[in-house]
Amino acid sequence: MNVWVDACWFALGIGVVLYALTGGPDLGAGVWHLLASGPRKAEQRRALQHAIAPIWEANHVWLIFVIVLMFSAFSRAFAAISIALHIPIALAVLGIVMRGAAFAFHAYGIHSAATRRRWSWVFSLSSLITPVLLGTVAGALGTGQIRVEDGVVTSGYLAGWTTPFAWLAGGFTLALFVTLAAVYIAAEAEDPALADDFRRRALIAELVAGAFAGLVLWRSSLEAPQLYAVLMGSGWSWAVQAVTADLALVTLLLLWVRQYRIARFTCAAQAAAVVMAWGVAMDRHFILPDLSVASAVSHLAVLPAFTLVYAAGALVLLPAFWYLLKVFKSSPGKPHD
Amino acid sequence: MRPMIDDLLAARLQMAISLGFHILFAVAGMAMPCLTVLAEWRYYKTRDRIYRELAHRWAKGTAILFAVGAISGTVLSFELGLLWPRFMAQAGALIGLPFSFEGLAFFLEAIALGIYLYGWDRVSPRIHLLSGLVVALSGAASGVLVIAVNAFMNTPRGFVIDDQGEISAVDLWQAFFTPAFPVQAAHMLSAAYASVGFAVLGIHAARLLKDPGDAFHRAALRLVVPLLIVVLPLQLLSGDRAAKHLAVYQPAKLAAAEALWETTEGAPLLIGGIPVDGGRRVLLGVHVPKALSFLAHGDFTSKVIGLEDFPADVRPPVLIPHLAFQVMVGCGTLMLGVAAWAGWLLWRRRPLESDRWFLRAAVLSAPLGLIAVEAGWMVTEVGRQPWIIQGVLRVRDAVTPMPGLQYSLFASIGVYLLLGSVVAVLLSREVVSKAPATKSSPAAAQEGLPAQ
Repeated sequence: MNVWVDACWFALGIGVVLYALTGGPDLGAGVWHLLASGPRKAEQRRALQHAIAPIWEANHVWLIFVIVLMFSAFSRAFAAISIALHIPIALAVLGIVMRGAAFAFHAYGIHSAATRRRWSWVFSLSSLITPVLLGTVAGALGTGQIRVEDGVVTSGYLAGWTTPFAWLAGGFTLALFVTLAAVYIAAEAEDPALADDFRRRALIAELVAGAFAGLVLWRSSLEAPQLYAVLMGSGWSWAVQAVTADLALVTLLLLWVRQYRIARFTCAAQAAAVVMAWGVAMDRHFILPDLSVASAVSHLAVLPAFTLVYAAGALVLLPAFWYLLKVFKSSPGKPHD
Repeated sequence: MRPMIDDLLAARLQMAISLGFHILFAVAGMAMPCLTVLAEWRYYKTRDRIYRELAHRWAKGTAILFAVGAISGTVLSFELGLLWPRFMAQAGALIGLPFSFEGLAFFLEAIALGIYLYGWDRVSPRIHLLSGLVVALSGAASGVLVIAVNAFMNTPRGFVIDDQGEISAVDLWQAFFTPAFPVQAAHMLSAAYASVGFAVLGIHAARLLKDPGDAFHRAALRLVVPLLIVVLPLQLLSGDRAAKHLAVYQPAKLAAAEALWETTEGAPLLIGGIPVDGGRRVLLGVHVPKALSFLAHGDFTSKVIGLEDFPADVRPPVLIPHLAFQVMVGCGTLMLGVAAWAGWLLWRRRPLESDRWFLRAAVLSAPLGLIAVEAGWMVTEVGRQPWIIQGVLRVRDAVTPMPGLQYSLFASIGVYLLLGSVVAVLLSREVVSKAPATKSSPAAAQEGLPAQ
């Protein structure tokens, strides 16, 4: 396979991983906003907001990056996926809009308590639904039920994403994002009691994520046989799954002993490993079995240009992004209010 | 079951509404950071706290507008696939380069905005001002890069159509730098500053009419008005270039905008009027002899191509482009008049902050720029029909096969109405009406997160 196809496929993978590690926990934080409880309910919500506010728009751009690179380099896949999964994607977009708007309205100036409560409901519910839908879309691609002939989707608009496997993948995605959010906030919290609140949440969420992982694997044997075959049939796959499981265990252990700052990294590595395992299990396909990465390429001649543009862009943006995180995440935030 | 609205029309309306909504936030995202940085820079120069307050207040407005612009822009990137997958399959690569740069610029903007909004007390004033400058520049760059995509749709370059009717031999740079690009970019960029500038001017002028002594709003006026005096003439010039460009590259669009049916030497300029019968006749309206020929080619006797020269199946609709064109030019002319008035007052060293007639005119002009932006966008989009890529791909061949698009249309209308009204309420309450807090301590003036 052409090296530039590999490069673009790889860059797309990096984009998905970075979105999962940055945008993902922002979504997860919305769920914790909903589940805030106990004596420090208000503090929990404030910590969540403080954590997201300066960075959520930058985090969100990884999703845009994935979309743009996909339609630039793999336009046939972008078109086919947009047609076959129109319904869950449209619903996910609705979730993204309502969540972003609700957060902005909430953060920038709504003062009436009733209105704030209403928008915080919108924020939480859309944060809950969006990861499930995104995960469902990702899962649907591997079911083998979406069929594409000559670039034309022939399996209608319900194929793939209506399977239990796809929805379990959605649940797994949600559980991962929620775990990441809890671990990140535990690491950022100044107040030990508050950190403990999120420690408990992170431990529970991590266990739920583990349960979902098992369910997803089980259902994939029934509804995504090709994906399952790759997951079960190769040495590397076992290795990746073992590493993922180990990272999960290490994260649980670190949470247990309250080493949040290190747990943040192992948990992120775990989520990245899950995304990568999924990427490799897709066996160089956007849609199993009909749309391979090679056949989705828009034009081979344009791929070097896109690779170089993004490589050059990364040279500028990654230091800037790092600076942003350094400004807001290195030292405990001074309360603005 | 027969849908109320057929799918193609539903898809077009949804795209039109999404773009029409987004464009307002996009121009704000381009121009507001510029004003905010100006105010902060004035504060460092003069140490007058009123400018700091102004920078804070405008930054807060920017934050709301940018957030809604970011999410409505995200919707659009998905809608490209959800509504026009066949366009994206064909042209995804060709419009990919400007969109990629736009993505990078937007990323930089989001990072810098995070630092700008939440970093008042975390970074040095120099870095803070610099981050604001990065927001302003990358915001402008984003807008220009999106225009590159639209320019490609108007004057597509950088590919050939092979025997199977597929796009091949792709040249990304040619597809990026198309003939329409510089013309449209200049016109849109100046439109962004002019429209947002007028909206800001009108809002502060309205406050001054109520409270003429208010130092805060007087300072706002002193910052905005010079910008408008510079931008409005540029807007006129770029508009003239755009018309001349259309005459050569998209004559059907110009003919639709001018409701010119017959190809004419020494063509008259139509002011007002309602085209009927597909543009064959015009009710009412004033014809200025030979003026259109002059505007289109710089020569009173030159030939301007009319709609009759285009086969019926590639002829754009006339009513909407013509009316929208009238609205755009009309608004632009009024704005130019107000800017000239301001320039004259400044030249005569009269304080325009206390000229009540000028303030009244400014209040009335507040929406003109934004109306003109919407109208101009309608001219360029509806005037290109039936094409999504001029001469290459028709809109009806680009639409998704997905049925039932009316439901997503209704959902989008509902969402945009909701978001639009909330933004309007928030802006009016949080940015415009709130009593200035100039005497407060620096910490209280921080526009971080509000108290719970």
